[in-house]
Amino acid sequence: MNIKVLYFARIKEAVNYSTEDIDLPSDITTVTALKNYLSLRGDNWANLFNGKQVVRAAINHTLVDDLAAIKTGDEVAFFPPVTGG
Amino acid sequence: MSVKIQIEDFDVGLELSKLRLASPSIGAIVSFVGQVRDVNDGDTINTLTLEHYPIMTEKALLVIESEAKMRWNIIDSLIIHRVGTLQPCDQIVLVAVSGAHRVEAFHACEFIMDYLKTSAPFWKKEATEHGERWVEAKLSDDAAKTRWLNQLK
Repeated sequence: MNIKVLYFARIKEAVNYSTEDIDLPSDITTVTALKNYLSLRGDNWANLFNGKQVVRAAINHTLVDDLAAIKTGDEVAFFPPVTGG
Repeated sequence: MSVKIQIEDFDVGLELSKLRLASPSIGAIVSFVGQVRDVNDGDTINTLTLEHYPIMTEKALLVIESEAKMRWNIIDSLIIHRVGTLQPCDQIVLVAVSGAHRVEAFHACEFIMDYLKTSAPFWKKEATEHGERWVEAKLSDDAAKTRWLNQLK
């Protein structure tokens, strides 16, 4: 399953990626599963997704919770709580 | 309803004139302008850099405007939000609402600003005398948004 993943603000800096295309194993079908999958990449990834800091997710430009389903072709984004205005 | 995300500055007078002259049934324009402060959490701010998530930002702001229009009897609304690197005293954001009467326009303008603060994907990074740091989200901003959930209008 191919998806696009985007990272913003402090999260982009923590993982040193802004965007990437990932071919996911077929059993990775939720945001939680994707976070766990990415956590296997190394300490900086694991520290990001260990629950100690708030990481929000959006699928196709809509904010979602961690139980949200991911399907092929989706654009998934990870970012910290917003601070605009 | 309109939303503009831009690097360049905006002219509040010009924007309010356009909104005001769009319809003779408008009797009130309420606006909010946010600008960069020179001090935050006790440190001098040299610059403030705003990052955003294109497409999602526009989408989120249009949803907020639609929600305001459903809740209050307003005629039109405008949001301009800047991105990129700004200096103290630079304008960051303009929210303007037109309506027949002031009360609904006041409420709608405050509602849009409160939702923008907590729902639109912008992130601020400050360059201070001690280096760079990301601005932390504030609980008071969440509280400002939550109070709207507890009332129909």
